[in-house]
Order: sequence, then C-alpha cells, then structure tokens
Amino acid sequence: MIEWFTAVQVGVAVIAGLFCFVLGLAGRIPNDYTLGATALVELLLVVQLVISLAAPAVGNHASGSLLEFWVYLVSALLVPAAAVFWALVDRSRWSTVVLAVACFAIAVMVYRMGQIWFVQAD
Amino acid sequence: MANTGSSRAVGVGRVLIAVYAVLALGATARSVVQVATKFDAAPVAYLLSGLAGLVYILATVALLGRGDAWYRVAWVTIAFEFVGVLTVGSLSLFDAALFPADTVWSYYGRGYVFIPLVLPVLGMLWLYRNRPSRVAAAA
Repeated sequence: MIEWFTAVQVGVAVIAGLFCFVLGLAGRIPNDYTLGATALVELLLVVQLVISLAAPAVGNHASGSLLEFWVYLVSALLVPAAAVFWALVDRSRWSTVVLAVACFAIAVMVYRMGQIWFVQAD
Repeated sequence: MANTGSSRAVGVGRVLIAVYAVLALGATARSVVQVATKFDAAPVAYLLSGLAGLVYILATVALLGRGDAWYRVAWVTIAFEFVGVLTVGSLSLFDAALFPADTVWSYYGRGYVFIPLVLPVLGMLWLYRNRPSRVAAAA
C-alpha cells in the first residue's frame, strides 16, 4: 500500500458517497454522474489491488495480518460492482442512496486496510 | 390474499437491505478470518461472530423475500440480532476477555460505528410499517 494513494482513495470514496447521498435524497435516479462516481471508487480499488500485489516485490510489506488485508480488499472489490448492478436494475432514487452506502462502506474498508498495512502489528 | 410482490424491497427499505448486505459481508468475512487465524483466543466470541454473520445474511435474504413466511423469518433474524447486540454488548463491558473488542457485537457494535445496534431497530420499524395485513389493506 502507498500511504498517499490510500488517503486519496478514502477521500474520493467519502466525496462520492456524499455526492450520491445528496442526489439520492434529492430524488435523482442513478445517472451517469452517480454511477460514474461509484465506478471511479471501483477503479481506484483495482489500482489498489495492483499496488498491493506489487508492493511486497519492492520491499513494501504489510505490518499486520495479510489474510485479513486480502479478505478486506477482495470483499471491497465486490461492493461498488454490486451497487452499480443494483442501480442499473432498479431505476429508483433509493438506488442512488444505495450507491452512497457502497461508497461509504468502501471508505471505511480502505481505512481499515490502511490500518492493517501500516499500523497493526502482526 | 396471496402476497406476490415483495412488499419490503420498496422505497427506503432498499437502502436498509443494502446496509444489511454490507454488514453481512463484513461480519461474515471478518469472522472467517478470526476463526481461521486466532480461534483459540476467544472461541465463544468468534463462533458467535460467525453465527451473527450468517444471521445477517439470512436477514438480508428475508428482507428481499416475498410473502408471509419470509416476513416471519425477517422478524426472527432481526430480533435475534437485536438481542445479540444488547447481550454481547453488555457482556463485553463486564468481561472483556470473553468478548474481545473485535467481534461484531462487542461494545454494542462500536467497531462497526454502532450500525449493529441501530440497524435492527430500523429493521423492526420497517417490518412493522410494512406488515402483511397493512400491505394487503393498502392494495
């Protein structure tokens, strides 16, 4: 994991979550912007996946439990994808709020992943 | 009358179901890691955590499900979670060794921003508002 990238990722997920939450409560059905914001969160997760796969090769090792880290990362990859799928099937304002829930969940999960990688002692 | 459409996966209930799905994923995945790596540290707590995860999955499915049977399953699972979070939350305050801080219900779900404490209450309110007799009357 790279510290600044992880911080950016949490920030983007929080902003995307707030954005979807506000538009959802305002009655918007999922549109290109809210779906795009969630897709961006997913894209950053894929980048994080590549970084985390490559990091040990350049001497960047997790301080905590690798198993826990990977369970988080693999679970996280499923969440925005599932939310986008939901939003495409169910065209209602509440699906936009579901996108927000997914983005907030990713923010928390990536924060936890950062703690496992940088803070947690094994 | 026959209840053909899902009466619960509507409106804001969809958000509730989405939060349940995320919690089910989080609690189950975490308990799998705990049982796999440090089961001996607190077997009771980690088994209970795993059970909680499975019940969250069942509750998610029950909220999505149609008809009166799923309605009852939703009540039972959500009530079980509420009793669980209150019981384990209280026990964890008094016996920290038995219930380490990293199970889903410890300290009333503090590790999960108290979502496990709030969610069953919202879930039961939602079930009460969308009870079959009322939905049938409105139809």
